[in-house]
Amino acid sequence: MKLLSSRKARNNLVAYSFIAPNFIGYLIFTLIPVFFTLVLSLFDWNAGDQFSFVGIKNYVRMIHNSTFKISFWNTIYYAIGTVPVTMVISLGLAKLLNAPIKGRTAFRSAIFFPHVAAVVAIAAVWNMLFNPDMGPVNMFLKGLGISNPPRWAASTDWAMPVVILASIWRNAGYYMIIYLAGLQGIPYELYEAAKMDGASGWQSFRRITLPMLTPITFFVSIMLTISCFKVFDLIYTMTEGGPGRATNVLVMHIYQSAFTEYKFGYASAVATVLFVLVLVITLIQFRGEKKWANNM
Amino acid sequence: MKAKQRTTKMIIYILLTGISVIMLVPFAWMLVSSFKMNKDVFTYPIEWWPKQFTTDNYVRIWQEIPLLQYFFNTTKLTVIITMIQLLTSTFAAYAFAKLEFPGKNTLFLAYICTIAMPWQSYMIPQFMIIKKLGLVNTHLSLIILQSFTAFGVFLIRQFYMEIPNEICEAARIDGMSEYGIYAKIMLPLSKPVIATLTIFSFTTVWNDFMGPLIYINSDRLKTIQLGLRSFITEYSSEYSLIMAGSIVALIPILIVFACLQQYFVEGIATTGVKG
Repeated sequence: MKLLSSRKARNNLVAYSFIAPNFIGYLIFTLIPVFFTLVLSLFDWNAGDQFSFVGIKNYVRMIHNSTFKISFWNTIYYAIGTVPVTMVISLGLAKLLNAPIKGRTAFRSAIFFPHVAAVVAIAAVWNMLFNPDMGPVNMFLKGLGISNPPRWAASTDWAMPVVILASIWRNAGYYMIIYLAGLQGIPYELYEAAKMDGASGWQSFRRITLPMLTPITFFVSIMLTISCFKVFDLIYTMTEGGPGRATNVLVMHIYQSAFTEYKFGYASAVATVLFVLVLVITLIQFRGEKKWANNM
Repeated sequence: MKAKQRTTKMIIYILLTGISVIMLVPFAWMLVSSFKMNKDVFTYPIEWWPKQFTTDNYVRIWQEIPLLQYFFNTTKLTVIITMIQLLTSTFAAYAFAKLEFPGKNTLFLAYICTIAMPWQSYMIPQFMIIKKLGLVNTHLSLIILQSFTAFGVFLIRQFYMEIPNEICEAARIDGMSEYGIYAKIMLPLSKPVIATLTIFSFTTVWNDFMGPLIYINSDRLKTIQLGLRSFITEYSSEYSLIMAGSIVALIPILIVFACLQQYFVEGIATTGVKG
């Protein structure tokens, strides 16, 4: 008996030794910080040695801060502009690429490549293409007879649309691949049967493809929404949140409050909002997954 | 019927070609502009073949900024982080997939619960820790922050779950230790998933912008993204030079992408659909 339990203890020790190298790093640099974001949001800290407990004061400040409000609504604007269009485009692309045609891999690579390209380079070329005075896009629009084309990243009204356009261009290929995997999971017999019953292409898309893809569509919408809430790189490199505060988003507000204004407590309060938003979306996902798991 | 099928195929080809062109046009424009004189970048209609072809930008970009140093820094970070991630993730994933021990589910849940959390939501306490450790403005800060991810453990654990337990059982009966099974049986079987994690980690670290933006101040420590970005803000009207720099920054990713894209696609499909 004793022998058995000591053997068990040894086995456990072996198991922990496998996990420890990763878990210790993960604990210190991810789990503890997640927890301390909430704690820090109740303090004032300016990166020095002084911490002072301020209760919910940071949250009160946040609600009255106009930049926070603008950033919050800009994030929603960005998400609404990005999520539905990206979903439709990536599903359409997946459907096209699922057909048995030559050169599929080449098309897929071309469409996917923007996703892995460095954002700094992408922002540089987009800003040049959409340069209000000399860029080819506006030259083209002028050629069409539009004498006052939008001033894109230099205009408070058009900066967000051009950022959204860039993000759709950049992300469509990624979600296309997820949809493609989903499409390949639909049994071909379903389409065959529908065809025999005289269903048109559009009908079988509506009655077979879409319903079969529901779990994937749900997953994609969740992932896309989360990715919109955390957007930073693309906006920072394209507009730096400007002009004015026209493209300032939540993470930009967190970044500026913390690393340029050294209001770390306040920034943690904003980060907590981001945290809660993502948590709510994730919980919705869990519930949805359960639902579909039961139905299938 | 045949004719109809052929027209459908034609339409698909035309659509796909059109979309691929839209996707690649910015890169083509970038490439062409990098071989132009600065004054010719915005000539309209677009000159898809530079009238005055010059490779001058590619010579100058290395002189204007310490691009070689940036390259070296980025490569160093990418290689170290990817190595640590591969090593520790395969290690932990083995225990989660093939061993029984108390607290297994709780520990795994601890990994899962942050997998969708953007790191921006907990970057401030991370910064506190790094500051306390005196590691601000060092490469070590980025290494320790990015090497231990839930994603890596999750991805590899999913793969290990599919490997039959009997293989490990048989080796145990033969007297092989768990470390031996990990090294001699599991690792050789994990080539595809290791390729997937490698390419994910490589592109993430190579393209990372916000991490270096927060932690790196000294020019000699900058990564290629951060260095290129400072160059762009400083020389904002050197259009052709900026495009040359961008092309140089894209080339390593392009190479890795071309070689390993199959694993990329498979990785997205598995983590996406099963995750």
